[in-house]
Amino acid sequence: MILLWLIIIPFLGGLLAWRSSSVNSVLPRWISLAALALDFILIIALWVQPGFVLSPPGGLMQAGGGMWIAEGNWKWVPQLGISLHLALDGLSLLLLMLTVFLGFTAVASSWTEIQERVGFFHLNLMWVLTGIIGVFLSLDLFIFYFFWELMLIPMYFLIALWGHEGRFYASVKFFIFTQVSGLLMLIAILGLYFIHGRDTGVYTFDYLQLLGASLPPAAEFWLMLGFFIAFAVKLPVVPVHTWLPDAHTEAPTAGSVVLAGLLLKTGAYGLLRFVIPLFPRAAFEFTPVAFVLAVIGIIYGAVLAFAQTDLKRLVAYTSVSHMGFVLLGIFAWNEIALQGAVMQIICHGVATGALFILAGSLQERMHTREMSRMGGLWAAVPRMGGLALFFALAALGLPGMGNFIGEFLVMLGTFRVSAAAAVIAAAGVITATVYALWMIQRVFHGPVGFKGEIPDFKGRETFTLAVMVIIIIWLGLYPRAVFTTAKPALDNLQKAVTVTETAGKQIHDGR
Amino acid sequence: MFELLWLIPALPFAGFLILAPAGSKLARPLTALIGVGSVGLSAALAFAIGIGFAVSPPPGYAYSQVLWTWVSVSGFRPEIAFYLDALSLTMILVVAFVGFLIHLYSSEFMADEEGYSRFFAYMNLFVGSMLTLVLADNLLLLYLGWEGVGLCSYLLIGFWYKDPYNGYAARKAFVVTRTGDTAFSVGLFLLFTSLGTLQIQELMQRAVQQWGAGNGVAVAAAALLLGGALGKSAQLPLQTWLPDAMAGPTPVSALIHAATMVTAGVYLIARTHVLFALAPPVQAAVAIIGAATLLLAGFSALTQRDIKRVLAYSTISQIGYMFLALGVGAWSAAIFHFMTHAFFKALLFLGAGTVIISLHHEHDMFRMGGLRKQLPVTFWTFLIGALSLSALPLVTAGYYSKDLILLETWESPAGSPLLWAAGVAGALLTALYTFRMVFLTFFGEAKGTADRTPGIKMTIPLVVLAVLSVAGGFMEMPASLGNVHVFTDFMHTALPPVRSLPVLPGADLMLEIDAALAPLAGIILAYIFFLYRPRYAERLLNTTPGKLLHRFWFSGWGFDRVYDRFVVRPFLWFAGVDKDDFIDLPYSGLIRISRMINGALIRTQTGRVRWYAMGIVIGAVLALSVVVFR
Repeated sequence: MILLWLIIIPFLGGLLAWRSSSVNSVLPRWISLAALALDFILIIALWVQPGFVLSPPGGLMQAGGGMWIAEGNWKWVPQLGISLHLALDGLSLLLLMLTVFLGFTAVASSWTEIQERVGFFHLNLMWVLTGIIGVFLSLDLFIFYFFWELMLIPMYFLIALWGHEGRFYASVKFFIFTQVSGLLMLIAILGLYFIHGRDTGVYTFDYLQLLGASLPPAAEFWLMLGFFIAFAVKLPVVPVHTWLPDAHTEAPTAGSVVLAGLLLKTGAYGLLRFVIPLFPRAAFEFTPVAFVLAVIGIIYGAVLAFAQTDLKRLVAYTSVSHMGFVLLGIFAWNEIALQGAVMQIICHGVATGALFILAGSLQERMHTREMSRMGGLWAAVPRMGGLALFFALAALGLPGMGNFIGEFLVMLGTFRVSAAAAVIAAAGVITATVYALWMIQRVFHGPVGFKGEIPDFKGRETFTLAVMVIIIIWLGLYPRAVFTTAKPALDNLQKAVTVTETAGKQIHDGR
Repeated sequence: MFELLWLIPALPFAGFLILAPAGSKLARPLTALIGVGSVGLSAALAFAIGIGFAVSPPPGYAYSQVLWTWVSVSGFRPEIAFYLDALSLTMILVVAFVGFLIHLYSSEFMADEEGYSRFFAYMNLFVGSMLTLVLADNLLLLYLGWEGVGLCSYLLIGFWYKDPYNGYAARKAFVVTRTGDTAFSVGLFLLFTSLGTLQIQELMQRAVQQWGAGNGVAVAAAALLLGGALGKSAQLPLQTWLPDAMAGPTPVSALIHAATMVTAGVYLIARTHVLFALAPPVQAAVAIIGAATLLLAGFSALTQRDIKRVLAYSTISQIGYMFLALGVGAWSAAIFHFMTHAFFKALLFLGAGTVIISLHHEHDMFRMGGLRKQLPVTFWTFLIGALSLSALPLVTAGYYSKDLILLETWESPAGSPLLWAAGVAGALLTALYTFRMVFLTFFGEAKGTADRTPGIKMTIPLVVLAVLSVAGGFMEMPASLGNVHVFTDFMHTALPPVRSLPVLPGADLMLEIDAALAPLAGIILAYIFFLYRPRYAERLLNTTPGKLLHRFWFSGWGFDRVYDRFVVRPFLWFAGVDKDDFIDLPYSGLIRISRMINGALIRTQTGRVRWYAMGIVIGAVLALSVVVFR
């Protein structure tokens, strides 16, 4: 039941924030913070509950057998095999923590930026978070698709209503890309539903029952592709990434933080939770393609980031590059690479979120994102400069920061699967250095290029970013908590794949 | 005593953590106290531990201290742990002590700069990272220190950030060294994947057990580590960043780009010497790269006008000697030269800094001259440093370390007379360019007046380093000259000695005389060309080959131009062309097509009934004909 509350609280919090805006414009902000705080307390309570971290996962995928930290299953439309099946394991837990944490930073970073329709803004913000939380918790494909689409609409409004100059184009582009790819996933879900139903007589959308389904190879490949494309668009993977720079750039700061920090992560989560476990054989045959797309993304995203003159657009392209590492780690599919991918997901969320907050703050102060109109800002805003430098270093993968652990483990794990992919990915670290240093140079170093007063960070902003700094350093030097939390979940996913593979082999051999 | 080992890197880190957030809010004296004091404490502690190590060495001459497990994923278990043996002890002593002297010097040198606390914060971060690098017990932690020092190098080269050139030099340093580091990190993947650990001692044991000499994987792994070492230590072909790195404040050049960071590559190879011994082709490459670099950089040093660039090329060249030593298996000799080089090169940089600041940031040696009288202390200490760099026989530290390298290059089975000859030629070249610098700067007629004489905080480091540049060599003397082997005996508890071939009796002495004559010849030549008869040098320069060679050497043998042409410009070109991401074209094409169709269809909405009626008729005819004729 606690899982249902995790979804209901931000949903109601959003409604309340919306209604409360008639009182004053600060109340919605505090209500949103309160709702997030409630959720955060629940998640922490789930995390520290005794026995979880130590208890070895029991039998595979058996409800109550130690597989899930919490689970709830309510029948909804039994005739069609739809149920409200929610479950939380270490992977979802980490992602939920990231979601709520970035939710806090999103509210904090809009504190002065958003002055119009404050209530409605927070309604949309909270509902995006609701959708994301739902995605990370759903174990029923129908419900999953529902939440997947739920994320989309409020996000569209966030961009279209509170965005910058090109917001209309960007929001429609974002909408069409995700909508079309979402429809492909819907087709794949239905395909899986009917094929599984025809073969076994059990028509169900339940993930656990669909796991281990033996599909004809051709069907498995096409269904896998349907899911893969949907998640690839979200991740994003080159060449379906082009919605991202527009959406990230035009969105208000909170929107960019949620997009980069969380929405992209739903793509990674989908690959981890659904694509490979549901279609292991097709996915493994697809691995070389995924590797090629991943390394292209790493290098291409970094080069394009370097090419940009718009600060937010630069940061947006770095996401393309960093998500390439996640794709690489997921398809390498061994424990080291998977842990690396999870770490990269978390640290990229925090570090890129911080960079977007910095870019947003600069835009709020200077009314421009053009780096050619910046330069030499260090003298005026040393605190912002130091923080930007820190997160630029995190982006370029400096050891001692969590992002390094993520990238290093991904490459280390990939190396044993494909040395070539690991080597090219390692070269991406050079290009990351190039864009990160160039960004610092154009914004904070060099001759002073901006006339006028720019106030430095004050308490609220400094506090927000200081927490993010601490998280990145903590995960860079003592990341144990993430690994132990994710391990049982990753073990189970890997076990599920092995079981499906052997079962599939037996059936195919038997025929 | 040894349990306090972790404090040695932790103290400078603590200094950074205090100074970085505080910024300019702290008073300057307090900033200096924290900045200098943290490194000073660290140096004192290193001495105490060094004495403890000498008096009662730990079992096996090695002590390790595990702080915590860094990562633990599926058999990959690097720890935050430190390893102390003769090698790392020597390194921390030099790093902490020279670091302390340079911090002390900086507290006066940088006194008028804005960003005083930023400077000391970065310097402290550097010392902490460097100490982590040399103390790391596994390659991942070493890599952390390695990247940390690279970062500090970037931050400090670009310390005066308002000048875009400084930013360019800083980025160049970071990107070029990171190119090497990428090879290093791939080497880590390879080592872990094939041997299952990154803990250095364990790794070396397993490497010997699993791989014979010349094993392909061992060769690949050693080559990849070498890539990292070449970048950091500014050896061919990744040496191009170091001359530009001189854009940073001079104490930075002294600490990072002379005494410590740039020798990290030497340390890495010495630390993993077992692996390099298993890869003879790579080790041979190390020797050849070292020999080539020491000559190339020597010629470039000869043509520079900027005093700091002379010293920069000189550093590249001297590290070339260390690589030469590593390449022939003379591990201890390389570390010995690292130590003496840290003393005399830091001294020379600090001396140059004093000159530069007293002449209002003048770097051009041709606009100096005659400073002997105006800056006596600086002159005498600089002269001692220059003599030590030139390896003046018998009385300088540089002589004993360079002589050891040359001797072992000859005697080692991996060495050869050709490599030895390169080393001797380099020695002549070194003395030549060094004394060109001395004569141009301190002799001749005065072209400017030095109106700022160094105070006590700048003088003490100069004097102490001058003493070390002489006395540092006496702990190791060849058989023919006193036969002292304190340094190598100590080092052999961590690094194997050279397996020297039997040498003919008397050959030792012959070799030493040859090696001693080269520097003397160089100094005399410099005297003739740059003090006694400068016309000779000018006449030589005015010939066509002279001009061409001069330009070629001055530009560092054209490496920059090649990289610019084949790496930088293609990259910039692509970035420029593809700024708007041509992958977006098909999608925006879709938009354009739908707009066009939309436009065409709008045009049919004319509002004229005749057109609509016509449309209906045509439609009906088409529909009917399809039905009728199919």
